[in-house]
Amino acid sequence: MRNIFNYIDRPSPIHDLTGATKLVCLLLWSFAAMMTYDTRFLAMLPVLSFALFVISKIRLRDVSFMLGFTVVFMVLNNVLVFLFSPQHGVSLYHAKHVLFSLGGRYVVTQEQLFYHLNLVLKYLSTIPIVLLFVCTTDPSEFAASLNRIGVKYSIAYSVALALRYIPDIQREYHEISQAQQARGIEMSKKQTLVKRLKSAGAILIPLILSSMDRIEVISNAMELRGFGKKKKRTWYMARPFSRWDILAMILSAGLLVTAILLNVRNGERFWNPFV
Amino acid sequence: MKNSPVKTIVAIGIGAALFFVLGRFVAIPSPVPNTNISTQYGLLAFMAAIFGPVAGALIGLIGHALIDFSYGWGIWWSWVIASACFGALIGLVASRLSIEDGEFGQKGIITFNLFQVVSHVIAWGVIAPVLDIVMYKEPANKVFLQGLVGGISNIVTTAIIGTLLCVAYAAAKPKKGSLSRDR
Repeated sequence: MRNIFNYIDRPSPIHDLTGATKLVCLLLWSFAAMMTYDTRFLAMLPVLSFALFVISKIRLRDVSFMLGFTVVFMVLNNVLVFLFSPQHGVSLYHAKHVLFSLGGRYVVTQEQLFYHLNLVLKYLSTIPIVLLFVCTTDPSEFAASLNRIGVKYSIAYSVALALRYIPDIQREYHEISQAQQARGIEMSKKQTLVKRLKSAGAILIPLILSSMDRIEVISNAMELRGFGKKKKRTWYMARPFSRWDILAMILSAGLLVTAILLNVRNGERFWNPFV
Repeated sequence: MKNSPVKTIVAIGIGAALFFVLGRFVAIPSPVPNTNISTQYGLLAFMAAIFGPVAGALIGLIGHALIDFSYGWGIWWSWVIASACFGALIGLVASRLSIEDGEFGQKGIITFNLFQVVSHVIAWGVIAPVLDIVMYKEPANKVFLQGLVGGISNIVTTAIIGTLLCVAYAAAKPKKGSLSRDR
């Protein structure tokens, strides 16, 4: 399974942006979406990201598998919030408009439903953009972009190493797991929990001990090639910024500024239509 | 033995890759429906014990962020940061144990487990829920319960898998001073 991060190589204006630009935009966008609970702003972001999806030529069925996870997660989280705190919206919006009662403390109010709407919008405004980033950014360019935005290159290189070795380690895990299962370890629901954990240990110990050897081999090879001697390094996958890169970054910065201004105007993080 | 900086960088990379593979594919079904037991925290504690707090923090940060990326539900920063904090906290104490020198006896096991419990409690009982409230404005009792459930299951897996790993690794290392000169 090489394509675990779901990168889809398909020429489009979004793919042409450099990885660093996309990373900066993603961060600015996420901060903007995280900062405010202004419903109007949050409702605009999903529309915008849908437009970006169209531009990037990523189709719905390319990401349907990942979207499935998201929907389950979103529903589960909403249900949990309601179960634990059915009056959370009332305390946030300082008003109470009762719609109907489900018995006990589970009284459905307009405020609570509005809070849930905000919660759903919050997912819809952050998740599609992450998906878009994952689908349009080459993982090998990702490490170079981290270095570009100011992360130390040794750490950026760690990320590159992780991305490079995930498929190898995955394959090795699979081999060890099958070898151990042939010897009779059981990891399914038929076993008790402690037994299951112990059999996980029987797979993990060989995997991790062989990875420790791998660390030794790789670091020796890197040291022999003089890694870490200089303060800077160049990246094979790095590209210079174009006009479009600058434009995309300015637009994303605009989003963040809008979010901050909205917070200032609303006086708090929530836009409150109830009082 | 002091690790070279290059070795630490590689350990962070490989550690994050292992963290990712364990978190993503080694799913042990738990008694609670729809939740899996995350074995990766046993690995994280072990790596932090060998390579120190900085490596622990970065393995947690990179590994957890990559898992979130691959599921595509956006990065849940509060929990990613909690993972990083757990790596740093356990690394602070456990890296003082001399596992690298082949010593991990009863005393080592007790210290390791005591501090992994403390670190998990701080990470999932305090850091994750507080960040959830600050960043996402979620109801307090919900996030504290989530933290509690996650924390307890992580404590159990770290106790079993982390300890097993440390024992196996220490046993594979020659003991300090195990060689004596023939006279």
